Amino acid sequence: MASFNERAATLPCLGTPACGMSYDLLINAIVAGLLLGGFYVAVTIGLSISFGILDIVNIAHPAFIILGAYVVYIVNSQFGLDPILVAVVMLPVFYALGAGVYQVYFLSFERRGQAALRGLAFFFGLLFVNEVALILVFGVDYRYVTAPYIGPSLRLGPIDFPLRMLIPFLTAMVMFAAIQLFLSRTFIGRAIKAVSQDQLALRLMGADPTRIKRIAFALSIATASIAGALLIIIQPIEPSIGREFIGRAFAICVLGGMGSLPGTIVAGLLLGVVESLTATFHGPSWSPAISFGFLLITLAVRPAGLMGR
Amino acid sequence: MKTWTFFLAGLAVGALTFGAARLTGNDYVFFAGYVVLQSVVLATAWNILGGYTGYVNFGSSAFFAVGAYTTVFFYKTFPMPVPLLVLCGGVVSGIIGLGMGYLTLRLRGAFFAIATIALLVVLQTLIVNWTYVGGSRGAYIIRPQSVPLLGSYIQYLFLIMLTLAVVAVTCARLIERSQLGFGFAAIRDDEMAAEASGVPTLKLKLIATTISGAFMGMAGAPFPYYISYLQPSSAFVLDYSVNAIAMSMIGGTSTWLGPVIGALLLGTLQQVASVTASPAVNLLIVGLLLIFFVIVAPNGIVGLAQSLRARMRR
Repeated sequence: MASFNERAATLPCLGTPACGMSYDLLINAIVAGLLLGGFYVAVTIGLSISFGILDIVNIAHPAFIILGAYVVYIVNSQFGLDPILVAVVMLPVFYALGAGVYQVYFLSFERRGQAALRGLAFFFGLLFVNEVALILVFGVDYRYVTAPYIGPSLRLGPIDFPLRMLIPFLTAMVMFAAIQLFLSRTFIGRAIKAVSQDQLALRLMGADPTRIKRIAFALSIATASIAGALLIIIQPIEPSIGREFIGRAFAICVLGGMGSLPGTIVAGLLLGVVESLTATFHGPSWSPAISFGFLLITLAVRPAGLMGR
Repeated sequence: MKTWTFFLAGLAVGALTFGAARLTGNDYVFFAGYVVLQSVVLATAWNILGGYTGYVNFGSSAFFAVGAYTTVFFYKTFPMPVPLLVLCGGVVSGIIGLGMGYLTLRLRGAFFAIATIALLVVLQTLIVNWTYVGGSRGAYIIRPQSVPLLGSYIQYLFLIMLTLAVVAVTCARLIERSQLGFGFAAIRDDEMAAEASGVPTLKLKLIATTISGAFMGMAGAPFPYYISYLQPSSAFVLDYSVNAIAMSMIGGTSTWLGPVIGALLLGTLQQVASVTASPAVNLLIVGLLLIFFVIVAPNGIVGLAQSLRARMRR
């Protein structure tokens, strides 16, 4: 422990109340930030597919995540099933929902070539309708789930790993790996990556771009089911909480570089750590501005992102 | 019609509306009418940027809130009559609009839209942490009981908003028919082509974000006096953004008339729904109508009327 204290003395003073114990606090804040960042990756990965690869500005993605969280809440409070298990069972339903939404989007906007302005308004409307409908059904009370891993935490020396954060982190990493493998190893996965580059070439390879896009968009909505379960494990939710994630998700997506999955993971973890450090040393009321400030600066300075295509 | 004639005609319509509202002898009409007129200003302001240049702004409530908080700031430091506060709110919001334009100049449509949401949250966080204007606890504005000539204060606010609505609509119409408006339309239809043929796109976009932001701020400036207790969560609500977009889209985005029709229709519908059902239901109506219109009638009510007229002529 002596070495810790010596190093703590050499560290710059980061925040007013934090001096003296800053090393422990710092390392815990970083770990908490990494765990939080893992969850952000789960929130963003769907958007990285729909916005990053397909160029569909699905601003309603967080709304689907909230919807997933409420489905998990209903099943969990009625039958006591594990939140993540519920989300996995619900994957096909969300996949079908995504396919349906894409079909409407394609027929109404993409085919008419009006995707930009009206498509955006369409998704904005979806976001809003979902939120208000949830408020009408469930009210604005905070809802939460019960699971054995909510509460206890793992301690490794001075570092705290709350299981409430660790389990979502691990789940997010598994989901990320699965999607990365799917996109890089299977025919459909490669076709999804190709559809943003050259639709004509894709057609010549015997794949229908619309079908590929439908599959990809449905997949992106399916990830919202898992992300919703992780969200409600991490914190109690109410319908309008999704807005906070619009900016975060887009910030990560843009910061990582459009459509780059490795970029998404780097940016997600980075944002998690920066937010956690801000919350620890300056107070949590500043942390939303950090992520959005990040986004504004990225957009203004380097729109291509860290690992842009 | 010349712009001046149009402006005077607008004022005449406004005077008639005000007279009719006074005849009812019920102050509730003014409370409800104020909100509808506020929607007219917000939708018209949104349309100057969103409809004419095609850049979607999701942050209308941010500009609205900046106007409102400018009023709170001056209320604490240097009290002024409301019409002057409207001007101040317009100037501050206009500067924010200009700044946003500078920050997002290089962004394509979707990125611009996301940046506006980011701006909304950044500004909200700043206000929440700024205790001078009330912080997250909010600020009280004590309004005078009555004003000379008019009597009740709400009639005074109604009159200010009415004038502002006429000014905003006249300004939108003027822009639409001027060289500026043609430049905006060129940006909306094909920015690259416009740039290539010598349209100063950057300058025009900055003008659009500034004017649009300024009018939104003006619409927000009297708001603290209207509700007399302002907190960040009531000024920065997404509802204003949704309403501004939905009203313009439902009315039709290519002309000044669209947002006016959309705001009057939807605003009145919302007032009725708030009384008969609940505020949540009226927002649900707005969302569903927005989705319905962008899918079925992408050019709004004005677009429907135009195509109907074209069909009759054939």
